[in-house]
Amino acid sequence: MNHANMTNKGPETGAFFQRDREWHPQAFTPWYKTSVTRSPQRALLSMDNTLSEITGPTFGHNILGEHDNDLLINFAKPGETAIGPRIIVYGRVLDERGMPVPNVLVEFWQANAGGRYRHKKEGYVAALDPNFGGCGRTITDENGFYNFRTIQPGPYPWPNGVNDWRPAHIHFSVFGHGFAQRLITQMYFEGDPMIDLCPIVKTINDPEAIRGLTAALDMQATIPMDSRAYKFDIVLRGRRSTLFENRLEGN
Amino acid sequence: MVQPLNRLKESASQTAGPYVHIGLTPNFCEIGGVYPEDLGTKMVNDKTKGERITVIGRVIDGTGTPLKDALIEIWQADADGLHNSPSETRGTADPNFVGWGRSPGNMDTGEFVFETIKPGRVPFKDGRLMAPHISFWIVARGINIGLNTRMYFGDEEKANEEDPILARIEHRVRVPTLIAPRDGNTYRFDIHLQGEKETVFFDS
Repeated sequence: MNHANMTNKGPETGAFFQRDREWHPQAFTPWYKTSVTRSPQRALLSMDNTLSEITGPTFGHNILGEHDNDLLINFAKPGETAIGPRIIVYGRVLDERGMPVPNVLVEFWQANAGGRYRHKKEGYVAALDPNFGGCGRTITDENGFYNFRTIQPGPYPWPNGVNDWRPAHIHFSVFGHGFAQRLITQMYFEGDPMIDLCPIVKTINDPEAIRGLTAALDMQATIPMDSRAYKFDIVLRGRRSTLFENRLEGN
Repeated sequence: MVQPLNRLKESASQTAGPYVHIGLTPNFCEIGGVYPEDLGTKMVNDKTKGERITVIGRVIDGTGTPLKDALIEIWQADADGLHNSPSETRGTADPNFVGWGRSPGNMDTGEFVFETIKPGRVPFKDGRLMAPHISFWIVARGINIGLNTRMYFGDEEKANEEDPILARIEHRVRVPTLIAPRDGNTYRFDIHLQGEKETVFFDS
């Protein structure tokens, strides 16, 4: 038996598990108003993965700069740092089989400690932090681990309802080993009372799925007198074994 | 009672939001000095094998308005139909072609542009060749889970006719939503999120 075939470490060639579309948000969620004209209305065309979905791009550690995973300083003037509660975010990228997903690109972006994004279309009155850009990236190690340092973002109001606010969150973009694993999601913070009030969070029906997006405060990973730590694991679609798929009948 | 399967659930998707460009194409939205360049902006170099083409299009909402805050990624085979991926077992793809591109779209018009090469044909599971195609993945504010679709080539009529994926589209009137017409070396592929021309999106 080809052990590499089952560990996610060697190249795997199987198709991915069917996506649970009831676990994910539906496209049309009218309480999140922008979805109304941006949601496909017709049934999706379901098909098993072909090579075009089973394969996907890879990124080498050579693309990474030294401070790509340190949002405290990657936009700051020399000797200065971003303002806000210093935190470390760490976790693993796993697949639905519980296997680590090594060597995949993880990108993240967020508002500053006041809840303000560095973007020309952003109109919130909270101040920009001249030392905070709000983007970072890293690549998972051989065991699927990633980590970065940042400030805890603030909650912010947004034009949806008259008085809707987003909970503090960090956006994540994750690659797997196949293009069919491509995922964008958001990380929320343990204990934030804004989570249950958020129309975007409410696009998810299952409370268990929301818990899966809520990072746990981890005092054991905290650096005393320096930074608190939050643990956030990300799960990508699992891959089928190809052990019996490419075998002709009668062999 | 039975043994538990011990599977995890995929992390639920959440919208990329209005500021996806901060994270994925920061130089494009004036956050300079963090990364030397935005990933996925340059797909070909002088040594890349294959016919140079340009793919242009827009993502259009249900009112006919182009999105100006979307992010589009594409993934495709090289000129010989091989993917630059460890999961490619049929051979080694062109080392001068990654096959992946990313575009934030034009800030004023929403138009995305990919300078790439025309891909070769890739086999379907049963060995039949699929028509040349480019996989698309679209995220934006208001899109709760990334949308997957494919662009096929308007000048590949015969290959398109025998493509096993296009053949599965029940309502034949919708097939043209996946086929980009050719004008010179440019293919235009507009993606309609809703309406009569709604693009066929995939659950794959």
